[in-house]
Amino acid sequence: MKEQAKHQINLEESVIAITGLEKSFDELDVLKGVDFTLYRGENVAVLGKSGSGKSVLIKIMVGLLRPDAGQVWVLSKEVNELKRKELDALRLRVGFLFQSSALYDSMDVYQNLSFPLVMTKKQLTKKEVDQEVYEALDAVGLTEKVNEMPADLSGGQRKRIGIARTLILKPEIILYDEPTSGLDPITSGEINNLIREVQERYNTSSVIITHDLTCSKHTGDRIAMLLDGKFIKIGSFENVFASKDEAIKSFYNYNFIQESHARIS
Amino acid sequence: MSCHFSDPLNMNTTGSRTYLFTKGIDSFLKGVTDASTFTVRFFKESFLPPFHFHEVINQSFEIGLKSLSLITVTGFIIGIVFTKQSRPSLEDFGATSWLPSLMGIAIIRALGPLVTALICAGKVGSSIGAEIGSMKVTEQIEAMEVSAINPFKYLIVTRVFATTLTIPVLSLYCICVGLFGSYINVHAQEATGFVTFYHNAFSSVSFLDINTSVIKSIVYGLTIGLVGCYKGYNARKGTRGVGRAANQAVIVSMFLIFLEEIVIVQITNWIRYY
Ligand SMILES: Nc1ncnc2c1ncn2[C@@H]1O[C@H](COP(=O)(O)OP(=O)(O)OP(=O)(O)O)[C@@H](O)[C@H]1O
Ligand SMILES: [Mg+2]
Repeated sequence: MKEQAKHQINLEESVIAITGLEKSFDELDVLKGVDFTLYRGENVAVLGKSGSGKSVLIKIMVGLLRPDAGQVWVLSKEVNELKRKELDALRLRVGFLFQSSALYDSMDVYQNLSFPLVMTKKQLTKKEVDQEVYEALDAVGLTEKVNEMPADLSGGQRKRIGIARTLILKPEIILYDEPTSGLDPITSGEINNLIREVQERYNTSSVIITHDLTCSKHTGDRIAMLLDGKFIKIGSFENVFASKDEAIKSFYNYNFIQESHARIS
Repeated sequence: MSCHFSDPLNMNTTGSRTYLFTKGIDSFLKGVTDASTFTVRFFKESFLPPFHFHEVINQSFEIGLKSLSLITVTGFIIGIVFTKQSRPSLEDFGATSWLPSLMGIAIIRALGPLVTALICAGKVGSSIGAEIGSMKVTEQIEAMEVSAINPFKYLIVTRVFATTLTIPVLSLYCICVGLFGSYINVHAQEATGFVTFYHNAFSSVSFLDINTSVIKSIVYGLTIGLVGCYKGYNARKGTRGVGRAANQAVIVSMFLIFLEEIVIVQITNWIRYY
């Protein structure tokens, strides 16, 4: 945990605080009482099986979905009580990487990045926008793709452009929905480093959703296990996986076996 | 039960459902209330800044270019065919000289706006439904939302304005092309001159007719834009959701266009004979 020395976590100040969060769709109860705190400067990796409600959880954090019960405080504001304008102001301070990248497919890479800037910060000159776009592209190492359409990019490249688009608004909190899924180990490693780098450079706080143990170990200061609509364990990587809980053990073992298989073959 | 009406996207309903009437009627009523809410929201948001004029112009060009060739061909053929088909009946009364006026009335009052609207419902309505629908299912609309961009304003309001502005223009164009087709046929058969033809064609058309024609097209444009956007915006997940949105956009807007045609014709007749 050498990285931890480089950035400081402010345990006094929480940037996201969730209590008693519940959410269901028709007859399906997805979240059943989630309590969660994200401190300033901290990265929390959220692990959980597919369909356990991880994406739903972070969508609730930015007001894309409304919870059925519970409170969601983001940067000292209760998300569900905000008016449109206030919510927009809050959203500018929170970056969101979609699981599907969600690039605008009618626009090229440059426009994808400049669009949120131009629309929300009208005072910027063309030159400043250019500079921001290239800086963000440089951060994800894809400057040469600036004029391509999203449809012509590979899945991993799309993900990286998605990250660049998230970074461009300089958010204080970043919510990553599976930043490394579908990427090869080398690119995954680069993304992991990128997430750490961003955290150190801008002192952002992040929630990183992932299935990938390497990613969670590398990027998360704490790990949170989501199971059956609740966080059953939150703590350091070692701490969480030292647990005797069967579900956690099987999650670890399964991933571990997969990885060693991969190494052999 | 009130949740059926207050929750347009049906995101918060829990537990088993109770129906006000039957399942079919309930979902129809829900559709109607959702669509009305959507329409009201459109009118509300179109008066509030920021305005995206540039995007309206972009979309208008796109719509215009997309349907121009089809409207040219269809309008021209309809002009020729209707003239050809009407001639024998008029000949029976020895009234072929009335042909230009008849075609003027038919094309300006009814055919031009209606044909344009139907073509655009198929071509423009479906592409709006598919485009917005695919943006919805691939989370691009949510992506705008989290970047503090109002997708309703940027995507919906601009497209509805574009169709509302463009379809009347296209419809006037269709009228011109249709009349030209008709002229070609009349000229070939009766050797009527260009000026005479147009003079006759417009002689039985009143200011009210042209006005109604334009107003009709505006209503059709609004309908095509709103229906396409509504269907796309509420598309279900998956590729099938997108196809369905495009398909429904065409069917529903065509149905509404016919309904509106009947209502507007009825109203103009009252005005005309009052
Ligand atoms: N808008 C929605 N309407 C209805 N059901 C939904 C909606 N969004 C999510 N769900 C359901 O909620 C559950 C949790 O979905 P979610 O996308 O949060 O899973 P996840 O943990 O992110 O899984 P994955 O790792 O596969 O992305 C799923 O069963 C899904 O079907
Ligand atoms: Mg997910």
